[in-house]
Amino acid sequence: MKLRHFLLITAASSALALPVQAQNILDWGANRDIGSLDPYSFGDSFTINVLNHVYEGLVRYDRDLGIEPALATSWEILDDQVTWRFTLREGVTFHNGNTFTAEDVQASLERVSHETSPLKGNLPAYVSSEVVDDYTIDITLNGTYPLLLNDLTNIHIFDREWLVENNAELPTDIGAGVEGYATYNANGTGPFVVESRQPEAQTVFMVNPDWWDDPQHNLDGFVLRPVTSPATRVAALLSGEIDFTNDAPVQDLPRLEASPDVNVLEGVDLRTVMIGFPFRDTLASGEPNPFADIRVREAMYKAIDLDLIHERIMRGKSRIAGAVVAPPIPGYSEDLDTVPAYDLEGAKALLAEAGVPEGLSFEFNCLSDGLVNEEQFCQAIASMWSRLGLEPQLDVAPRAVQSPKRTGGNTDVYTLGWATLPMLDSYSPLIQIFHSKEGNSGVFNWGDWSYPELDALVQAAGSELDLDTRLQLQNEAMQIIKDNHIMIPLHQQPMAWAVTDAVSDMPLFPDNKPRLWFARMGGDG
Amino acid sequence: MLAFLLKRTANAAFVMLAVALLAFLIFRSFGDPVEMMVNEQATQEDRAELRERLGLNDGFFTQYVRFVTNAVQGDFGISYRNQQDVMVLIAERLPATFELVLVATVISLVVGIPLGVVTAVHRDSRLADALQLTSIVGVSLPSFVVGILLILAFSVTLGWLPAFGRGETVDIGWWSTGLLTPSGRAALVLPAVSLSTFQITLVMRLVRAEMLETLRTDYVKFARARGVPRGRVHWVHALRNCLMPVITLTGMQIGNLIAFALVTETVFQWPGMGLLFIQAVTFVDIPVMAAYLMLVSFIFVVLNTIVDVTYAWVDPRLRDDTAKAGGSNG
Amino acid sequence: MADRTDPTVAPAEPSRLAQLRDSDLWHSFRGHPSAMFAAGLLVLLALTAMTAPWITPQNPYDLAALELWNSEIPPIWEDRGQWPFLLGTDVQGRDIFSAILYGSRISLIIGFASVILALAVGLSLGLIAGYFGGWVDNVIMRVGDVLLSMPFILIAILISAVATAALPPDLKSALAAPILIVAIAVPSWVQYARTVRASAMVERKKEYVQAARLIRVKPWRIMLHHILPNTLTPIMVAATLNFGLAILSEATLSFLGVGMPADQPSLGTLIRIGNQYLFSGLWWIVVFPAIQLCLIVLSVNMIGDWLRDALNPKLN
Repeated sequence: MKLRHFLLITAASSALALPVQAQNILDWGANRDIGSLDPYSFGDSFTINVLNHVYEGLVRYDRDLGIEPALATSWEILDDQVTWRFTLREGVTFHNGNTFTAEDVQASLERVSHETSPLKGNLPAYVSSEVVDDYTIDITLNGTYPLLLNDLTNIHIFDREWLVENNAELPTDIGAGVEGYATYNANGTGPFVVESRQPEAQTVFMVNPDWWDDPQHNLDGFVLRPVTSPATRVAALLSGEIDFTNDAPVQDLPRLEASPDVNVLEGVDLRTVMIGFPFRDTLASGEPNPFADIRVREAMYKAIDLDLIHERIMRGKSRIAGAVVAPPIPGYSEDLDTVPAYDLEGAKALLAEAGVPEGLSFEFNCLSDGLVNEEQFCQAIASMWSRLGLEPQLDVAPRAVQSPKRTGGNTDVYTLGWATLPMLDSYSPLIQIFHSKEGNSGVFNWGDWSYPELDALVQAAGSELDLDTRLQLQNEAMQIIKDNHIMIPLHQQPMAWAVTDAVSDMPLFPDNKPRLWFARMGGDG
Repeated sequence: MLAFLLKRTANAAFVMLAVALLAFLIFRSFGDPVEMMVNEQATQEDRAELRERLGLNDGFFTQYVRFVTNAVQGDFGISYRNQQDVMVLIAERLPATFELVLVATVISLVVGIPLGVVTAVHRDSRLADALQLTSIVGVSLPSFVVGILLILAFSVTLGWLPAFGRGETVDIGWWSTGLLTPSGRAALVLPAVSLSTFQITLVMRLVRAEMLETLRTDYVKFARARGVPRGRVHWVHALRNCLMPVITLTGMQIGNLIAFALVTETVFQWPGMGLLFIQAVTFVDIPVMAAYLMLVSFIFVVLNTIVDVTYAWVDPRLRDDTAKAGGSNG
Repeated sequence: MADRTDPTVAPAEPSRLAQLRDSDLWHSFRGHPSAMFAAGLLVLLALTAMTAPWITPQNPYDLAALELWNSEIPPIWEDRGQWPFLLGTDVQGRDIFSAILYGSRISLIIGFASVILALAVGLSLGLIAGYFGGWVDNVIMRVGDVLLSMPFILIAILISAVATAALPPDLKSALAAPILIVAIAVPSWVQYARTVRASAMVERKKEYVQAARLIRVKPWRIMLHHILPNTLTPIMVAATLNFGLAILSEATLSFLGVGMPADQPSLGTLIRIGNQYLFSGLWWIVVFPAIQLCLIVLSVNMIGDWLRDALNPKLN
């Protein structure tokens, strides 16, 4: 007995004495930090993406971006067409040991669609839910809605008892000036557990050994470290201070590629970059607005040398786009993906025909922390429009400063990048951007346009359960967008991740979201 | 003396209230907190409701009083950006800035004082001229250029020192220090050197000026006449007289260094209060900006009051608030 | 009549220029090669900056003049260098040589104007405070105290950031420089005010001032003609050194992103933009503006140093 104890203790202590370097800890140098540990706190896809390592939804995307079961194993639509019944997975536990049941799903759904929840727009069709038994739940919607599963991939499930215990059943009440428990603490079902969080410095995630799924990764943990300066990020990668970044600056890719210790993973993002025009009577300055005239919009389109921007600003890494959604997205049609030729003289003629005065001044609103190289291509485009004889007033500022102007209609021409996430369907831009601004629709219709035929098509698609018919309707709507140049697409932006050779496998996903539960480290380290 | 002390304290309190008013005023006109906090998809009613809940519809004076009473208790609300308690956020970042400033100050003294002595003693030599030239160059270089050059040289080209972050830190209670780990110390080097360049030249020039005066005094001449070795005269006797002004200067400059650290923190991505402030400016995160402004001003005011009181205690002539030429911040 | 010297008229004074040439200051200047060099350098830099529109191949502030296919060209002595882009171009096709000169112009103007503004405000307020005393003095000094209790850079950042956020975009580009001038001047005037106030408080007790008041000479006359000249020496030195500091401050603000915007770049803005490309091999976008900035500030500081030593009675 004693000998056995002694041997066990020796074995245990020598195990503990193993150097920390034997662990596979991935240092992730991101371009920004997450806003909080609460996935319902912002409608910001990066935060939700990172927290997806800790929390999970009823369904999730697989390696090919198809929808597969996660916390729910199967589902069906009931006869009334507005209620969906989900059968939940058994044997799942939260990080604190509590069992996952239907009550947790209900508590989470109520929390995310509460009136004070910043995320409620992500689940617009939800009305109520009913617990049928421990592993079955019914979700009732406000109408027939084909895209519930897509929405649910981003709705993460909390443990009801944990929420109640910590007074977190309601979303964080900023108005009360109190932070929520979930801002600093996490308790999910996912492959990783939050070990520590220092905002803007680092957040440490350790592997969850009791995860219900088979890990395809071999990580013992990962550390999220925000490195906001792109040049610093590159330096850190080259020196090995970080192992992986999901945002390698485009201008440094050749240097990274040339380095023997670094691998660059490139692709084209689903995010399509577009320029929007105002359709109101006056510009922000009070002068008459010429952009409601289709000839003017066409002239602005023709005056942009898309090839030059692709080559010089995006360094050949973008994909010039003629359609407002990217090829992998359901609803994409090749016929619509055509681009007019660069034609400065033709553009000038159109402007003259439309009677636009020389030196017309308008605001061109861009983000400094938005799209890839946004500030640069905005400057280049402003320069191209100046050659038309116009005077664009370039206004570049962070999202926090620009959003109020955009949503309030206080600016003129603006940029917008749309990836259709999490829905992954061309319905997303149609209902959220191109539909007229009414209720929950057209929330991103910042130009205040209205095309009734388009609205009708979109509404029809919104309740059409047959896939082909729905896509056909959506296609017709996209044709209207193209013919009228409501917004002009520029390109799908480049996606560039980079890993050091400490990482042996990091699959690149078309939606630009790292999923470290597929990552592997090691080889020769 | 007590009257003086009370008067200065009252003065300090008044100044802090004025700073609070300024902070409050400025931030009311700075971006719209409601827009900052809601999802882009929120409706007009949502926005109006949030405005009401935040108390943004109350009168100006009411909001100001609320602001000040909360501030005194260390309550600056929660950050609009990530919904964390502002004081906790700042407290977490304070050690990083403090250690940076501390190391930079030490460097400036360790390097500046000897150099100052040398330039004074060997007044017209080539060495002194070279050092003078270097000191002028040091004052003329913006600290962000120095930082970038250091990164380029020691991080990218030579790979000796890290370009960003604090390295590994050790938590002692609430404080997190980078001084106890090799990677933490390595990470401190470049930022501290970059922050200290301006200060080194200040110290050097001050020591030089003071030494030049001291070297002309009678007691130094007598010491030399008595045969005290030159080295001892310069480095022990003369230097001792210069230390008081240097200490005073350093003390008063600490506030400035803390503020100026925000440039260094931006260049090196050093997770201190300064970087937090710059990010808050970018994000229109009003509570964080207000808290930073108040905290840094508070440090300034406290330091200045201490210096004033100490001077008055030492030199009674200064006790009535007559003409004091030259500001304390130069 | 013509050749009888009139005792009530003072003998003709030598011309101002002759006075200057004879003065100690000029002799000191001639004796300091470093000061002469610095002055020469500064004159050269200022002249090229002010004549920038005539000597540069491109106006980098004119959006229509930028050609994207001219972007990222290295300096002319490198392989891919191209005439007329002597020092290369940046990612928008902006000629670096032109950008440096235009940027220097902005930096010098902002630095100079902010010092003048600070002097104007500081001297007036200081004189008024020192001369009149009482509650006027109290208020002015209180305001000064509050300003001095906040770090210089912080005040400048706040003023600049608030102003840029509050203005509509078309005004924003037009007013970018004036905003910076104010942002740097606001924390700077207090120093001058205090110096002059101290002097004014001493002088106002003197007999000649009492006498002037008795015969009803206007206060501003007294302040301007009698009190002010006595404080000029330390003020001049401080102003020169502050000129360098103002240029550095503007560069720092622009580097942090709250200064001159990217379409009207000053030297600090150019460095900020170029910093992103430092590791990508486009070193010329950062290096040349940085060198220019340092040269300007260096020459100003050298002149300021010489001036301080030359005017310092203790060292003579």
